[in-house]
Amino acid sequence: MKFSDLGNDLYTGKRSIPVVRRRARFYLVSLILMAIAVSGLAINKLNLGLEFKGGSEFRVTSTSVPGDYEATAREALGAADDSQGVRVSKLGAGTVRVQTERLDDVESARVRTELARTFSVAEENVSATFIGPSWGDSVTKQALRALIIFVILVAAVLAIYFRNWKMALAALIALVHDLIITVGIYSFSKFEVSPATMIGFLTVLGYSIYDTVVVFDKVRENTNEAFANGRMSFAKAANLAVNQTLVRSLNTTVIGILPILSVMVVGAIFLGPGTLLDLALVLFIGILVGAYSSIFLATPLLVSLRAKDDAVVELDKRASRSQAKRDRESPAVAAPADPDEVDVDPDREAALATSAPMASGEDSATITGRQVHKYAQAGPRNQPKRPPKSRRK
Amino acid sequence: MAQMSHAKFARRALAGMAVLALALMGLLVGSNQFGDGSYAPKLGLDLEGGTQIILEPRVTGNREVSPEQIAQARDIIVQRVDAGGVAGAEVTTQGGRNIVVSMPGTPSKSTEDAIRRSSQLQFRPVLAIAAGSPQPAPSVSPSASPSAPASPGASGTATPSVAPSASVPSANPASPSATNNSAIPGALTTGTTSPSPSPSPSASASPSASPSPSPSPSPSGPASTPAGDPFSLEQITPELTAQFTALNCAEEGSLDELVDDPDKPIVTCDADGAAKYILGPVVVSGDKISDASAGYQVGPNGQQTSRVEIQLNLNDEGAKQYADVSKKMVVLQQPQNQLAATLDSRVIVAPSFNEAILDGNASITGGFGIDEARDLAQQLKFGALPISFDLQTREQISPTLGSEQLRYGLYAGIIGLLLVVLYSLAQYRLLGLVTVASILVAGLLTYLAIAILGWSHNYRLDMAGVTGLIVAIGFTADSFIVYFERIRDELREGRSLESAVATGWDRAKRTILIADGVNFLAAIVLYVLASSSVRGFAFTLGLTTLLDILIVFMFTHPLVTLLARLPFFRDGHRFSGLDPQKLGAVKKTSYAGRGRFTTKPPRVAGGEGSAS
Repeated sequence: MKFSDLGNDLYTGKRSIPVVRRRARFYLVSLILMAIAVSGLAINKLNLGLEFKGGSEFRVTSTSVPGDYEATAREALGAADDSQGVRVSKLGAGTVRVQTERLDDVESARVRTELARTFSVAEENVSATFIGPSWGDSVTKQALRALIIFVILVAAVLAIYFRNWKMALAALIALVHDLIITVGIYSFSKFEVSPATMIGFLTVLGYSIYDTVVVFDKVRENTNEAFANGRMSFAKAANLAVNQTLVRSLNTTVIGILPILSVMVVGAIFLGPGTLLDLALVLFIGILVGAYSSIFLATPLLVSLRAKDDAVVELDKRASRSQAKRDRESPAVAAPADPDEVDVDPDREAALATSAPMASGEDSATITGRQVHKYAQAGPRNQPKRPPKSRRK
Repeated sequence: MAQMSHAKFARRALAGMAVLALALMGLLVGSNQFGDGSYAPKLGLDLEGGTQIILEPRVTGNREVSPEQIAQARDIIVQRVDAGGVAGAEVTTQGGRNIVVSMPGTPSKSTEDAIRRSSQLQFRPVLAIAAGSPQPAPSVSPSASPSAPASPGASGTATPSVAPSASVPSANPASPSATNNSAIPGALTTGTTSPSPSPSPSASASPSASPSPSPSPSPSGPASTPAGDPFSLEQITPELTAQFTALNCAEEGSLDELVDDPDKPIVTCDADGAAKYILGPVVVSGDKISDASAGYQVGPNGQQTSRVEIQLNLNDEGAKQYADVSKKMVVLQQPQNQLAATLDSRVIVAPSFNEAILDGNASITGGFGIDEARDLAQQLKFGALPISFDLQTREQISPTLGSEQLRYGLYAGIIGLLLVVLYSLAQYRLLGLVTVASILVAGLLTYLAIAILGWSHNYRLDMAGVTGLIVAIGFTADSFIVYFERIRDELREGRSLESAVATGWDRAKRTILIADGVNFLAAIVLYVLASSSVRGFAFTLGLTTLLDILIVFMFTHPLVTLLARLPFFRDGHRFSGLDPQKLGAVKKTSYAGRGRFTTKPPRVAGGEGSAS
């Protein structure tokens, strides 16, 4: 299977995407995307629904409300079937409620006449009034306060869990990045922003941070190993982590996006714009951007942020020394790697076997002359030192 | 040995899962059989419609309602509605003065009342008490001898208490019975306001009232700062006396004309009309309440009594005021040492002080049932509405989203699920079936949880909730993917399947826990701090996250552990998704003893993935 081969190669580091080395490129992509998103927001503005701004409300009281009252009302307003910003619902048995964006007096009088005509009732039976927002400033304020507290708490939790605040910072930057891009791209669709859409943005937020945390957990594992044995630079260890979780990221994204995609397709074909399509679009963009940022942005950011850390600089030095040493030794050493390494970890010797004659005897294809298999050169799995069994988790 | 225990543990976990599922099913069936639950999850306002209530501000006199008041009232109503469950109600203003509350389902009368009640709690000193209606209460008066100190309150004993337990002169048999008995309070008062014993209860007001101009009963001297002293009887003007005498609490609407000015004394009735009061100006107002909770009172020996009390915590300023007041009042005579708690200008309780209360914890025990007390505590906590509201209209409202939105949404969800199944089978072969089974179990549990929560917490699914659940498929699947990929990683390291499962699990566990933990944190913070639909979202997120963890720990992992023992998976069948060769496992070198190592080649020699 091709895909599983890819998975294997990514795992061993035989093949890898230079996410960290090429990070400038990905930063650029992110910046461009964010610029597009922000300009989109500036140009298109968010088309906030009447739940946020309030609007006008008309009530048609009639003895017999037709079954297709919704279509009738929309027709009266001259609004297409799928147009948004018009909410029609039935109150009790004999009242149709039509809510629209806020109309001025002239408009409002016109709509009233139209409604009276299409529902064939007297104009007195159509009342017009203004309604306030149901998602008002106070709801927004509370939600924002909750979000800020959440972000602070998450930063604290991640900083404690990863024992490093820069990791928390990188995760939060990725989060903000995802939100900006999702909202920005959504603004291009000109779809209305309803409370449901807001909930969609919040879902994206949860998804984004989840995705990043999963990748970072692997980064932490690899870099901790690197710090312990000093065989790999920080950037390299982080890069390997991203590649090792790549298959997982792809699978997760595909599985997450398949249902959304089907909702989107079904919504677009059968329903047209509406809450369902709005939500599906938000989530679709959000999951894709979240996956992108967790792979291509968060980890490179972390590497950049930590590049000047003493520990990281020190590790890089150790890693290059160790690399140089291995480069020097590998051609010369024909015997099974380091004897003490074998002692410490017979299991791991397998990893080195590719570079050892044992392996080359069976499969010389991998060993071309002096070259040591990548797997033996680098990789956290390749460490001679593992904690004793009693302390292994 | 260790593996034995692994397997045993796995079987137990699976059994636990089954028990949990069965218990939830039983609960659901029970709620349907014996309660008003339903098998279908409850739907939200946008999908099912509901009831729309329009509230109109009650304006007394020529006072105008300001937009700020309406906005403030709206915010408080939102909080009250939210406190009733996660139903996702909508509260808006209409025409700048009415408040429109749309809530799914049909709210009960008490819910409606709880929403629109102003719930203005105030503490005012009692200046005079009399029976609520002018009927004489001859029979009781003798019996209610000045045993009064034990049961001072008219409509129940209320004790400003230091600690929940100690406060009450617990042998208060009067309180439960006294609450609805219109005769007793009057009698008590006649007993207690002994300085001028006058036979007819209605006139009994006058004793305390009539001498008012003369400072005769005011050895209340200690606190005799003349002007602006809320305790002074000098405040009882002849008009007040006249009003007081004229007031008949038994009459409907006798208090409708009441103008409640916090700085002036008022004449009012208690909640059930059994007694009437002249009260001094407000000494502690309800906005000083920082928290309120309802519960059963704890007796002096630490046992719960059947008496319902509301515990109030006052903020610093309120506590100080309360302490001052109690210090001043404790030395006064009956009834002036009573502090009335008024709710919407009506007296709920008027306990007398036995000692000064300095720590700002007050408790009200009175004639309410536990449900009523809980409602009241909620209302007190969220603060009072600046104005009272009348119910204008109450109508059914149709769903704003057509039924086809939900229908197509569900179709799409099912199609999506099928795609997920196909994809995981392609990726993970038969192991994918574990994913599918887990997602199915997750679906079952989610359905059960939602149906049960709909019954117990009025949890309702709106459109955003439905899509949230569809996205949750992704979250849930991700936990399995993280886990399976870890197992594969361990296989690539050359471990046997069983140990790969154990080691992989150890590592995947951490990742799953922290990632889900962060999501759960988000859910809790948003649930506690945000309002309306954000709260509904937080609830859904928290629910799916919890279920995710539950399923990975109690279903997927045990299942994989058990499957790993089957020859099909253990030997890495081509279609098992765990074929070490395909995964490019490195050859396993093991210690053969006596310093020798053996390299056991994989079953088929050559062609290892990592090598080519």
